[in-house]
Amino acid sequence: MSGSEFVPLSLTPMLIGIFAAIACALPGNFLVLRKQALIGDAISHVVLPGIVLAFLVTGSVAAAPMMIGAAGAALVAVILIELIRRLGKIETGAAMGVTFTALFAAGVLLLERSDTSRVHLDVEHALMGNLESLIWLDATGWHSLLDPNALAGLPSELFRIAVVLVLIIALLITFWRPLKIATFDEEFAHGLGIPTTALSLGLVMTAAIAAVAAFDAVGSIIVIAMFICPPAAARLMTDGLKAQVWWSVGFATASAILGYVLAGYGPLWLGGSDSVSAAGMIATVSGVILAVSALAGPRRKGLMA
Amino acid sequence: MLWQALTFQLGYNATLVTLGAMLLGVAAGGTGTFLFLRKRALVSDAISHATLPGVGIAFLVMVAFGGDGRNLAGLLFGSAVTAWLGLLSVQWLNKNTRLSEDSAIGAVLSVFFGAGVVLLTVIQTMSQGRQAGLDSLLLGSTAGMLFSDALMIAAGGALVLGLALVFRRPMTLVAFDSDYAAANGSNVGRIDLLTMGLVLAVTVVGLKIVGLILIVALLIIPPVTARFWTDRAEKVWLISGVIGGAAGYLGAAISASAPNLPTGPIIVLVCFGLFAISLFFAPSRGALSSLIRHRRFQRHVHRRQGLLALANGHPIYERYTMRLLSQEGLIRPDGVATKSGERGAASAMLDERRWRLLREMPAHEDTAASYDGLSDLETVLTKDQLHELDMKLAEVTP
Repeated sequence: MSGSEFVPLSLTPMLIGIFAAIACALPGNFLVLRKQALIGDAISHVVLPGIVLAFLVTGSVAAAPMMIGAAGAALVAVILIELIRRLGKIETGAAMGVTFTALFAAGVLLLERSDTSRVHLDVEHALMGNLESLIWLDATGWHSLLDPNALAGLPSELFRIAVVLVLIIALLITFWRPLKIATFDEEFAHGLGIPTTALSLGLVMTAAIAAVAAFDAVGSIIVIAMFICPPAAARLMTDGLKAQVWWSVGFATASAILGYVLAGYGPLWLGGSDSVSAAGMIATVSGVILAVSALAGPRRKGLMA
Repeated sequence: MLWQALTFQLGYNATLVTLGAMLLGVAAGGTGTFLFLRKRALVSDAISHATLPGVGIAFLVMVAFGGDGRNLAGLLFGSAVTAWLGLLSVQWLNKNTRLSEDSAIGAVLSVFFGAGVVLLTVIQTMSQGRQAGLDSLLLGSTAGMLFSDALMIAAGGALVLGLALVFRRPMTLVAFDSDYAAANGSNVGRIDLLTMGLVLAVTVVGLKIVGLILIVALLIIPPVTARFWTDRAEKVWLISGVIGGAAGYLGAAISASAPNLPTGPIIVLVCFGLFAISLFFAPSRGALSSLIRHRRFQRHVHRRQGLLALANGHPIYERYTMRLLSQEGLIRPDGVATKSGERGAASAMLDERRWRLLREMPAHEDTAASYDGLSDLETVLTKDQLHELDMKLAEVTP
C-alpha cells in the first residue's frame, strides 16, 4: 500500500492503538501481579457514568471535562469499593461487583434520560470506541510528517494518549523500586517505610488515567483487554519483572498492529467488503497471544511446577 | 402510573415483563448466593461477557441456514455455548497456568467480548443484519417483547429456581467449606460445575431483560445484601431470592411507568438501593449498628478505666474519659471525685479485686476464661458464689 493511502487513513489510528495498548499494559503488569486485575475491569465500567455526568454539567463533549469526569468516577468507584469492603466486611470481588454494576447502570440511565442526540455519546461508542474514525485528513503521504500545516491537523486523541503514555512511563521509572518491593512483599515494603497504601492507591489512579485516556480513543474493551492480556501472557514467558514488562509492551504493540490490520484488511482478504471493529479485533488478538503463551510459554507453570 | 404498573394494570406486555423480571430476580438471587459464598462472585462477569460471541455465531448460523437470525431461542442457545467455553477457559487458565483467577476472569471477559464485538460488526454489514438489533442484548430491551420470549424467560427462570431448590444442600455445603464437603464424600468438582451451570442459565435467561453487562449485578448484589441480615447460609439463600425478586418486580414496574427508563439499569439501581439500605441499617451487621456497638464499647472501657484511676488516686488526663465521668457526675471539673464517683470507683476496684482472686482459683477456671476486663462479676456469678468469693477476699486481704 502506498504512503498516500496509509499515512492519512491508517497511521494515526494504528499509533493511537499502540500507545493506548502500551499505556494500559504497563500498569496492568502490577495489577496482574497484585491480583487486582479486575480493578481494571471495574474502572473501565465506571468511566461511562463519569463522562455522562461531565457532559451533563458542561454540555459539551470536549476532552478535558470528559477526562476529569472519568477520572473522578474512577476515584469514586475505588473509594466506594473500599468503603463497602470495610463497612460491610465483604470480600473484594463482591464489593467490586456491587460497585461497578451500580455505577454503570446509573451511567446508562443518565444517558437515556438526557438529550445526547446532538453529540456522539452512546453506550456502544463507550464500549467499542471508534478507532477507525481517527484519521489524519491533512496528510497526503509520508512527507506530511515533516509538514507543519499537515501536522496541525493530527487528531487530538493522538496527542493526548502520547502525553499520558509518557507520564505513565515516567511514573513507572520513578516508582519502580518501591513498586516492585511492595508488589512482591507488601509487609517487607511496609517495614522499609514505603507508604504501601498510598502506593497502591497511586497505582490504581495511574491505571485509571490510562483507562480514561485510552477509553477516549479506543473504547473500554481494549482497555480491559490490554490491562490484563499482555501482562498475563508476559508473566507466562519470564520470571523477571523487568523482562515481563518488556514482553508485555511487545505483546501490546503486536496486538494493536495485528488487530488493526486484521480488522481493516482481513475481511477484504476473505472476500468481504467492509472492515470489522478494530477494538474488538485488537482484544481478540491479545487473547490469541495469551492462549499461545498459556499453551507453550516457558514459565506457564511457575517456579514450583 | 407507578401504582398501575405495580398492580399489573399497564397492559399485557408490561405485565409479562414485570413477572418475567421478578422470576429472573428470584432465580438470580438464589443462584448467586452459592457463587458469593464460594467467593467467586466475579466469575459470573466472565460468563456473561462470554455470551456475546455466541449470540453473533448463532445469528450467522441461523441466517446461513435460511432462517430468521433473530429467533431468541437460537440466540440464547448460542450464547450458552460460548459462555460455557468462557467458563472452561477461566478454569483451565486458573488450573494449568500460574495466572490467578482474577487475571483469568479479566482476560476471558475482555477477549470473548472483543470477539463478540467483531462478530456484531460483521453482522451489521450484512443485509439481514441491519435490523437484527443484537446490540439490544448488551443492555437488555423489553420493548416489543414477544409472548413466546416472555414465556421462555419465565420457564427458564422457573427451571433454574427449581434446580437450585433441589440441589441447595450440596451446593451450600461446597460453597461454605469445600474441604469439608470433599471429606464428606461430595464430588466438589461436579457440584461446582452445577453451580456454574445454573449461573450460566440465569445469565442466558436474563440477556433479554437486563442485558449481558448488568446481569452480574442481579447475581452479586442480592446475596451480598442478604448477608447483612443473617449469618445462616440457608437464610441467605432465601433472603437473597426475595431481594432479587423484589428488585426485578419494582424495577420492571418503575421502568414501565414512564418513558426513557431502561428496564435493566432500573432493576440494578433498585437492587443497589436495597443494598445501600442494608449496608447502613441492617441490625447487627449494618454499619450503623456496628458504630453504635463500637461507641458503647468505647464508653464502657473509658468509664471503667477512669473509675479505676480514681480508686487508685491516679490523675486522669484523657479528655474523653474526663468528659464521660463529669457528665455522669462522677468527677468535678477539676478532676476530683464526687461522692458518687468515690462509690463507683470503690465498686470498680472491688470488682477488679474479685476478678483477680477468681482467676487464681482453679474451681472457677471456666468463669475466669471469660475475663475481658469489662464485665461486672456480679453479672457473671450467682449471689452465693459471690458471697463465698467475698469471704475469701476478706481472708486474703489483711
